[in-house]
Amino acid sequence: MKLMHCPLNGWRNFGEFVYGGEVTLPPAHDADPKEWADWVFMEDNTAGVVREWWFHSPSSYWFIAERDNVRDVVLRTYPPEEIFQERVDFSSEGASQ
Amino acid sequence: MNERLPAPWGSLLDREQPLTFTFEGERVGGYVGDTVSSALLGRGTWLQGRSFKYHRPRGPFTLVGDDASCLVQLPEEPNCPAEHIAAEEGLTVKGQHYSGSLKRDRARFMEKFSRFFFVGFYYRAFYRPRGIWDYWEKFIRRAAGLGSVNTNTAHRYRDKQYAFCDVAVVGSGAAGLSAALAAADSGADTVLIEREPVLGGGLNYHRFDAEGSSGPALRAEMAERAERHEHIRVYRETQCTGRFGENLLALVHGNRMTKLRAGRVVVATGVISQPAVFHYNDLPGIAAGSGVQRLMRQYGVKPGRRAVCVTANGDGYGVALDLADAGVEVAAVVDLRERSGSDARADAVRERGIAVHPDSGIVHAIERDQHVAGLRITRRRQAERSGAPGTDIECDLVTVDVGATPAISLIAHAGGDVSYSNETHGLTVRELPPGMHVAGSVAGPCSLRAAQAEGEAAGRAAAAGGPAALPVPAERDGPCNDPWPIFAHPKGKEFIDFDEDLTIADLRNAVREGFDSIELVKRFSTVGMGPSQGRTAAVNAVRITADQLGETVEGARASTNRPPAIPERFGHLAGRGFDPVRYTPMHQRHVEAGATMMVAGAWMRPAYYGRDRGTAVREEVRAVRENVGLIDVTTLGGLEIRGSDAVEFMNRMYTFAYRKQPVNRSRYLLMTDDTGSIVDDGVSARWADDHFYVTATTGGVDSVYRRMLWWNAQWRLDVDIANVTGAWAGINIAGPNARAVIEKLDTDIDFSAEAFPYIEARSGHLADIPVRVLRVGFVGELGYEIHCPIGCAEALWDRLMEAGREHGIQPFGVEAQRVLRLEKGHIIIGQDTDNLTHPEEAAMGWAVQRKKPFFVGFPALKARESQPLTRRLVGFRLPADTDPLPEECHLVIDGDRITGRVTSIEYSPTLNYPIGLAFVDPGHTEPGTPFSIKGSGGTMIEAEICSAPFFDPDNERQNL
Repeated sequence: MKLMHCPLNGWRNFGEFVYGGEVTLPPAHDADPKEWADWVFMEDNTAGVVREWWFHSPSSYWFIAERDNVRDVVLRTYPPEEIFQERVDFSSEGASQ
Repeated sequence: MNERLPAPWGSLLDREQPLTFTFEGERVGGYVGDTVSSALLGRGTWLQGRSFKYHRPRGPFTLVGDDASCLVQLPEEPNCPAEHIAAEEGLTVKGQHYSGSLKRDRARFMEKFSRFFFVGFYYRAFYRPRGIWDYWEKFIRRAAGLGSVNTNTAHRYRDKQYAFCDVAVVGSGAAGLSAALAAADSGADTVLIEREPVLGGGLNYHRFDAEGSSGPALRAEMAERAERHEHIRVYRETQCTGRFGENLLALVHGNRMTKLRAGRVVVATGVISQPAVFHYNDLPGIAAGSGVQRLMRQYGVKPGRRAVCVTANGDGYGVALDLADAGVEVAAVVDLRERSGSDARADAVRERGIAVHPDSGIVHAIERDQHVAGLRITRRRQAERSGAPGTDIECDLVTVDVGATPAISLIAHAGGDVSYSNETHGLTVRELPPGMHVAGSVAGPCSLRAAQAEGEAAGRAAAAGGPAALPVPAERDGPCNDPWPIFAHPKGKEFIDFDEDLTIADLRNAVREGFDSIELVKRFSTVGMGPSQGRTAAVNAVRITADQLGETVEGARASTNRPPAIPERFGHLAGRGFDPVRYTPMHQRHVEAGATMMVAGAWMRPAYYGRDRGTAVREEVRAVRENVGLIDVTTLGGLEIRGSDAVEFMNRMYTFAYRKQPVNRSRYLLMTDDTGSIVDDGVSARWADDHFYVTATTGGVDSVYRRMLWWNAQWRLDVDIANVTGAWAGINIAGPNARAVIEKLDTDIDFSAEAFPYIEARSGHLADIPVRVLRVGFVGELGYEIHCPIGCAEALWDRLMEAGREHGIQPFGVEAQRVLRLEKGHIIIGQDTDNLTHPEEAAMGWAVQRKKPFFVGFPALKARESQPLTRRLVGFRLPADTDPLPEECHLVIDGDRITGRVTSIEYSPTLNYPIGLAFVDPGHTEPGTPFSIKGSGGTMIEAEICSAPFFDPDNERQNL
């Protein structure tokens, strides 16, 4: 079993992690349904260096890994704040609900 | 031949402890320390197996199970290598793969048909017409079986261990011992792995010099140091079956598989002796020189009366000396080389007057009584010529030392590069994988001195975490391989692969057929695909394939090597049966009350109280409807959502609207996924503007929690999400007398109908226990869902049971709850919905707030709702006398169309007729509409749509 470096817990067995799919930014909340369908159902399936969500299950921690899926090497792992820096707000319409 | 050699021969034997076992019904004597194979050889029984295709007689070759010629059947286990099965008193051992008896195998006639069993026979003979394989398969499987599985084998305990070390050294020969000692002396936490019962590897039996003294002396000193070293843990009789990512080694020993995570691995696995290829080279009595040395030194077996030692290096001379010392007449040393080179052992052989035949080739072996009876030799360059004149040397033992191949499994698993080298005339490690070091003969032929030096260097480098380097080839000074120990014969039967009975012609023909790489040759001819996985076949197969292709063998690769290196038992992979379940704090109370328990997700829950399901469920339902009942709902998931963005977060995760949810009020929760499909439901209680307590389904809470964390990793709202499922227990008390019971307990909560009406939530104390109480109505009666810290739950359960005794309070289980909720038309996520059900289909549109800008699944839901509805969940009833009832998932049929399916069905003891939920055609959902369900056996059952809730449609009872 391989090891992966969890930004929160350090090196852990691969079996402790859960794959969470490619890191892709969700469309705007009012984007075209086609755009949403694309985000929900399509994966880029890149051969090479990919950016993926991984979850350390025992500590319930999501982070991001850059992985070369051709060489099967994890290049770097880091907290999601590196990419998701800003608070996401939707339009204030209906904010009273 | 029944006498063993006197000590010090037979170093593994405890001669004080004789034992007897049976082989093929005959009694076999031996000693503690013997293997099945060595005890048999001790009485001269070389015939221990039959070959796969031609049923040829076979005996051990390497004596360490690297070949698979001696697979035997134990009462509870087939296909055991006899060389690795310890002889035990009373053991019953049988041969495998014969008709009649091992000695007289009626199937040996197969050999006469060998020209029909051309290479690729099965692929071609059963390729056409279609279906012919299906017919013949059963006959072929019967004829070509290995051992037989005893399906009555008792369960055996096996477990797993996780271990860690800085340096793992695999193999404890001169190189491995040196490496382990060097690593441990540097302070590294070191594990030394040896597959045999004693440390030392070749030091135990190999003759490194003319006197035969250097091996034992070195072994005594190093093995003792290793065993006493404070930094070395020794795993004996342990097979390292694989190297996985980041140096995770699988070690199999006894009942246990140890998963060892090593910082560095030093591979010192040595070499595997290779056969010479000549006509009848597979006869019992023809064995690797090292195997014969083991047999004498470790098991005290005198392997024959008259021996011929075939060799291409100095080791064969060492074998000859050992044989002579053991009292075996050495008829000749047959050296394939033109000149024997300088080796003290060769000089000693000549001094003893043993005949040496240099520059020799082998014409064939002679068979008598299923054993080797002689060897015909000739000048090497004439050996392959038909009818070549030759000299027959009578013997009953032939030792072979024409070359060896490094045991590279672990290196290959790790991605190291191994290919054929014309320098060493064999497969050679070219490039090491990261984190792995090599030492000793696995890195190439080397002398004892070089093995020690390499071991020390590798051990030090591994301990220091320094770069791994291949030992420099110039330092290689060990026994060399013959480049072509292959002697074709006009009559064939020169076996390359003993497992598969493949000969030189078979491989050449495979190449002629167009299979022009070793991987293709392997797949077509099956070379290396037998139980020994090519350990004694790969090198010669590579040589012949390259030769037939007319290509240089330099750089040629053997077929890919993958874990496991040797067969593993499924039991080792499975380890202990481990089905963890969670118990609620009231578990013991349920058991005491006679509950029949069931598994619900990860939990054990009471299905019903008592033995008889029908009566119990009916009584429990009646108690809740007419009196008061109590159910353990600890298994519900619990989440705390806190922070200034708590309400915003709730609004984004769930379909309903939460901004206006008052403090101390609860509200239904419905969650959809990115596709707009329902994934979970529950109830939220708002304790403060910035604090929600949320329940989730038993099986869904973990994924709900995970999804919440994932979304907020992106939204970055100011909210804390905590999974408190394990911290809170839950008890639901329900029924018309619920308030009367609960009010008997000391409390700071006003439970009166006016102060604490339906859908409200309170936190406070009950019988001095801190509680959160939600007035919710899954079962549709006056009820309180009481959540309390898990450590208090059993006490609270007891208080409620005591308080309810005068009312005849009845604990109820999951089954009764299912009936009760169905009577109220409440859905169960995952049962009444599937992975594609959106809220409108489940008639839950009321739970979706469409004025919010966003919630998870909202974009998909909008898109899906713009399409016509294809199904809708409705309630239905059946005539009271319907028997048998349709079951969940039975289809709803309209003419020749499937329009839906039943999702829930129960007989309602309250209403006295069967009720259920089903998906039906969305165009026909009016109450009173008849529809058909296809029941068991194809019978059509008429059902009638009716409005849910079936019982108390105006929900008056829960509002009491």
